[in-house]
Amino acid sequence: MTTTMAKTDIKTGKLERYGLTDDKLRALLRNMLLQRQLDNRGFQLNRQGKVPFALGSEGHEALQAGAAMAFERGKDILAPYYRDLGLCLGIGLSPYEILLSIFARAADHNGGRQFPNHYSSKQAGLMSFSSILAAHIPHAVGAAYAIKYRGEQGRAVLVTSGDGTTSEGEWHESMNFAAIHELPMVMLVENNEWAISTPLDKQMAQPEIWKRAAGYGMPGRRFNGFDPIETYGAVKEAMDRARSGGGPSIVEGTCYRYLAHSTDDNDMTYRTKEVVQERRKNDPVPRFEALLVEYGVMSERDVEAMRKDVLRETNDATDRAEAMPYPQPSDLYTHVYEGAWEPWQ
Amino acid sequence: MAVSSSATSTVMNNVEAVRATLYEALKSDDRTVILGEDVGARGNVFLITKDFINEFGPQRIIDTPIAEASIVGIAVGMAMEGLRPIAEIQFADFIYPSFNQIVGEAAKTRYRSNGEYTCPLVIRTPYGGGVRGALSHSVSIEALFYHVPGLKIVAPAFPADVKGLLNAAIDDPDPVLFLEHKKTYRLIKGEVPDGHYTIPLGKANLLKEGTQLTVVSYGLYVHWALEAAQKLQEEGLSVEVIDLRSIRPMDKGTILRSVEKTRKLLIVHEDNKFGGIGAEISAMVAEEALFHLDAPIRRLCAPDVPAMGYALPLEEEYMSSPGEMAEAMRELVRF
Repeated sequence: MTTTMAKTDIKTGKLERYGLTDDKLRALLRNMLLQRQLDNRGFQLNRQGKVPFALGSEGHEALQAGAAMAFERGKDILAPYYRDLGLCLGIGLSPYEILLSIFARAADHNGGRQFPNHYSSKQAGLMSFSSILAAHIPHAVGAAYAIKYRGEQGRAVLVTSGDGTTSEGEWHESMNFAAIHELPMVMLVENNEWAISTPLDKQMAQPEIWKRAAGYGMPGRRFNGFDPIETYGAVKEAMDRARSGGGPSIVEGTCYRYLAHSTDDNDMTYRTKEVVQERRKNDPVPRFEALLVEYGVMSERDVEAMRKDVLRETNDATDRAEAMPYPQPSDLYTHVYEGAWEPWQ
Repeated sequence: MAVSSSATSTVMNNVEAVRATLYEALKSDDRTVILGEDVGARGNVFLITKDFINEFGPQRIIDTPIAEASIVGIAVGMAMEGLRPIAEIQFADFIYPSFNQIVGEAAKTRYRSNGEYTCPLVIRTPYGGGVRGALSHSVSIEALFYHVPGLKIVAPAFPADVKGLLNAAIDDPDPVLFLEHKKTYRLIKGEVPDGHYTIPLGKANLLKEGTQLTVVSYGLYVHWALEAAQKLQEEGLSVEVIDLRSIRPMDKGTILRSVEKTRKLLIVHEDNKFGGIGAEISAMVAEEALFHLDAPIRRLCAPDVPAMGYALPLEEEYMSSPGEMAEAMRELVRF
């Protein structure tokens, strides 16, 4: 089962770009390659015994690169979940910042407190979140409420979740509240068909999550999340609507989780190698490379050079981050509350 | 008491004190919004926010769907992005669905982001029994939350403290759980200074001086402990009464100074004894003042049952009466 990669205008034979320039298309690919490389790096470091844990988003690259391109830096707010490496890169986090998180160094935004992939950056508009699924979705609603309450034009919140999270009560509560108040928010669902080991048919009887939007009284649509261009088109449409007072919507991208849930998971206990291999035929990274070559946006040589550049950047970031110090034991005690703290006063 | 801008005062009950304080917060800061069930047109089930929606509008007085997890969760997001939300849980018994948002999210926002994000949020909720509230309109919830670093918990007993502590909670840069004992709402009246003032969180109030026994309490039981102590005064027994006011942080100095003087300690609270606030106070006094004690520490608290029942005998059996408090005080003074 291979989905199509990118739509082509039947009359002209030209690529449907949703206004993306060649530079933007190349930036999409670079983000995707960087995701793949950084994911790989986390797993390598784990196997080398250098980091205790890693978690990858292979299969989500196109969806996240495309969605991030619809995010307006300096205006929008992103409320992601823990499988959103590409989104966080796409809104401005650097590979070095990602590696600081993987190595749990003091200079990490979270000071080495959180698991890898739990990024936050106030400057980038990236809201802090925990590992508790759907807990961040009402936070996104609150942020969107603040934007609307203050009358800030042209801003919206992009909140994401996997398919698994859509079973949580807070996911529902949040959609309902956002719809009632017509908040500037887009719920982006990355449907990779797995909630760790639980397949979609055990999560929901009706597997098309976007259809729930009608029940909340908001628009919804599904798009091919293996295609970064189509993703961009879908998410941009939703974000533009939210930014211009048109209210919230649910956009659902299809993708697939090629890796186990994390380095602590063995996916061969609940699915077969053959199934994953079959689904790998949809791998968005080589297919998007081929597409850009086919349409003359890049040459094979350009792609190879970009791969090398991404590897070099990842290596540099790895070396720089690894050389940074851990937090001090005394850092355990800071930021419990504002100022010094003692429960007995 | 800090910064009173006026020497005048007004007599209010606890409901009026909450209402007046919320009103001033809405007046003085556009970032303040109130969200909860029936806070708008209904004006809250105790009429605390009555008519606020007419003056401040539905954007600031937000009637939410019946969804406690997201009432707190949305307030957390508002706080992270610069508003100063005051979330209301209609009855403390209904706070359980929002447990994760309070414990896993609000209390950890500052910590997990290494100080980048903060959560200046007040969660107000009426708690406590003695009102025929049965299993789900009478619980005490403080012990479920006082274990959690990152939270502050306040449980005032008097209208003047309600105002000063609620102002402090609203000003606080971190999440505060503000517990209002519903039986005291209209029962307890007192002078409330006019104008803006705050009472620092974590400061207890020595209500009555005494020499033979220290009684520590909070909420409704402060009033009953005071009543019992005054009764004992007539019997010639001298009991000191401390109103904790804040549960987290808690005022160690006031407790220790008193215990070192009276050499005996009784803790009375409406919540269950096992794992309650009294357990922490007992442990602290045992660690820091054991050799000042002339008698074992005693706790008069609720029995180890899930809640008080609706039938009057089940409510009365669950709760401690002023008479039972007086008897416990007598026994301990005579030990």
